[in-house]
Amino acid sequence: MSEASQKIPVTVLTGYLGAGKTTLLNRILSENHGKKYAVIVNEFGEIGIDNDLIIGADEEVFEMNNGCICCTVRGDLVRIMDGLMKRKGKFDAIIVETTGLADPAPVAQTFFVDEDVQKNARLDAVVTVADAKWLSDRLKDAPEAKNQIAFADVIVLNKTDLVTKGELAEVEARIRAINPYAKLHRTERCSVALADVLDRGAFDLDRILDIEPDFLEVDDHDHDHHHHGHDHHHDHGHGLKHYHDEDMQSLSLKTDKPLDPNVFMPWLQNLVQVEGGKILRSKGILAFHDDDDRYVFQGVHMMLEGDHQRKWKDGEPRQSRLVFIGRELPEELIRSGFESCIVS
Amino acid sequence: MKEFTPAPDSASIVSVTDRVKPVALGMGVTSVHFLGPRAAFVGSEENVAFVDAKGEISSVAVHSGGILSTASDGKRLVMGGDDGKVVALDAKGEVTLLATDPKRRWIDAVALHPDGAYAWSAGKTATVKSGKAEEKSLEVPSTVGGLAFAPKGLRLAIAHYNGATLWFPNMEGSAEFLPWAGSHLGVTFSPDNKFLVTTMHEAALHGWRLADNRHMRMTGYPGRVRSIAWTAGGKGLATSGADTVILWPFASKDGPMGKEPAMLAPLQARVAVVACHPKNDIFAAGYSDGTVLMVRMEDGAEILVRRNGTPPVAGLAWNAKGTLLAFADENGDGGLLEL
Repeated sequence: MSEASQKIPVTVLTGYLGAGKTTLLNRILSENHGKKYAVIVNEFGEIGIDNDLIIGADEEVFEMNNGCICCTVRGDLVRIMDGLMKRKGKFDAIIVETTGLADPAPVAQTFFVDEDVQKNARLDAVVTVADAKWLSDRLKDAPEAKNQIAFADVIVLNKTDLVTKGELAEVEARIRAINPYAKLHRTERCSVALADVLDRGAFDLDRILDIEPDFLEVDDHDHDHHHHGHDHHHDHGHGLKHYHDEDMQSLSLKTDKPLDPNVFMPWLQNLVQVEGGKILRSKGILAFHDDDDRYVFQGVHMMLEGDHQRKWKDGEPRQSRLVFIGRELPEELIRSGFESCIVS
Repeated sequence: MKEFTPAPDSASIVSVTDRVKPVALGMGVTSVHFLGPRAAFVGSEENVAFVDAKGEISSVAVHSGGILSTASDGKRLVMGGDDGKVVALDAKGEVTLLATDPKRRWIDAVALHPDGAYAWSAGKTATVKSGKAEEKSLEVPSTVGGLAFAPKGLRLAIAHYNGATLWFPNMEGSAEFLPWAGSHLGVTFSPDNKFLVTTMHEAALHGWRLADNRHMRMTGYPGRVRSIAWTAGGKGLATSGADTVILWPFASKDGPMGKEPAMLAPLQARVAVVACHPKNDIFAAGYSDGTVLMVRMEDGAEILVRRNGTPPVAGLAWNAKGTLLAFADENGDGGLLEL
């Protein structure tokens, strides 16, 4: 068993107010999976969660004194994780439900910067529940909602029964304009297979297999048979609409030429140091010059972790791919910097 | 102390491992204390195990869940649990329920005053109960990290985000805020009442000279400092967090300001717990690899009490006379050493 798999997996559940986080949480807890969860919820407002081990948290974010302004962590989580570890063996996994207004970054960063937390637990994935009817509006007026979409590894697009096909296509296009890489599941009442939200290994370097936009839609349920009387709109949404979100974008880079690790590594380090406040998430699979191993990395704001993953397979194209999701990304700067890392 | 006779040359180390009475507690341990003649091993959940000089174990149920915080004055333990209860345990093994949080919140921190007053915290609220007086509570701006009573007078220090608050529970409006950016998790007064020191979320301690609130930064640790102990007489503060015991000088009126700490007992492992002898300039240190050493502060001479090869040492304690040393690792393998 690898070290990572012995650590307790932590799923972070985010989503704007009313999107259905509690519904999803209760679905996870009530399903017959034989697993015990410790659930960390916001102290205020949580009602009707049926679980033995439920801990009220007061979302307290503080800045680390390490000169890195975006290096914020959830102090309450550090404390709660410490307390929970006294009850090791009493639960198999942890779910952290954040408030609707929370920024997921401090939660994620807690699992990267805190030595004690890292020793015992690993961040599995950030799951964002979004309301199909209201998300488009929230993306316009609530920066928190946008953060939660941008940060997500898995998006549960809920309440699809309350919108027309056209509206659904619209909201999906808006999500994709921000984050094309998260796995997206359309649901009613958060009816999603638990395997799609739990044990995703989204922060596990060994499981960074490929970086492709999630447009394949192989796991979609067909919602056409849900016809609602109030649905009088014509369906405008054939094919994918393309939006450009003014504020939050993703940037994808790729090359078939090998990269020079001696140029690339300092460039990437410097990039996240300087622009890390804008970069929410980053991920990459890299083919270095004279190196038969794939190198993978992932990051949250200024924090990066990377390692050689495995040998490139015979016949596997040695292609480097990088993805950044962030706010007002300096696209030209990133592109030209990346180009300069290619071995000429 | 006559028994402290380390080897004359530094290449070899005197070992007393064969004199240790092993104690198998069969439970995770988070701290060790002495209550009268018996060692009290505080479990990570539910129980405290008393061990007498013969090594006989008797277990007492104190909480119905995890035990999150413990304070001891040598006569009793006060503990806070994730069951929302504050519980006292005396040397006879008698358990008293002191308080229950109305919302059953976790009791994150507790403190015990020499005159019998006690304090606990749940969330942002610290509460003090002194004698027959009513409970007094104070809410600080963020969750309480640690509590400590001043050695004189009824004054409580509360560690939280961005500093510590000093409070006289019997004086309305007496809360005084000592700011310092960052998250403060533990707090202690120097025995002479001149300094306040906090352990931080960062790998650092912070101190204030109480006369003028001058800052003392104590940094350079590779890891978080989880265990601190004042030496006999309070002239030094021994700390965990590095691969040596870091001993900060507090003998002068400036404390450690502008001074280098002593670095004693280096090993290829992180110091996890420190406990100072109550009378002599000797401390015991437990390491992340399970090693326990006794160290003479004067020259750093070491005596091996327990060999490595196990989980980290979780607790260490001397009895009041300094004739017994008790220790246990995180998995509950412990020992008693009679000196």
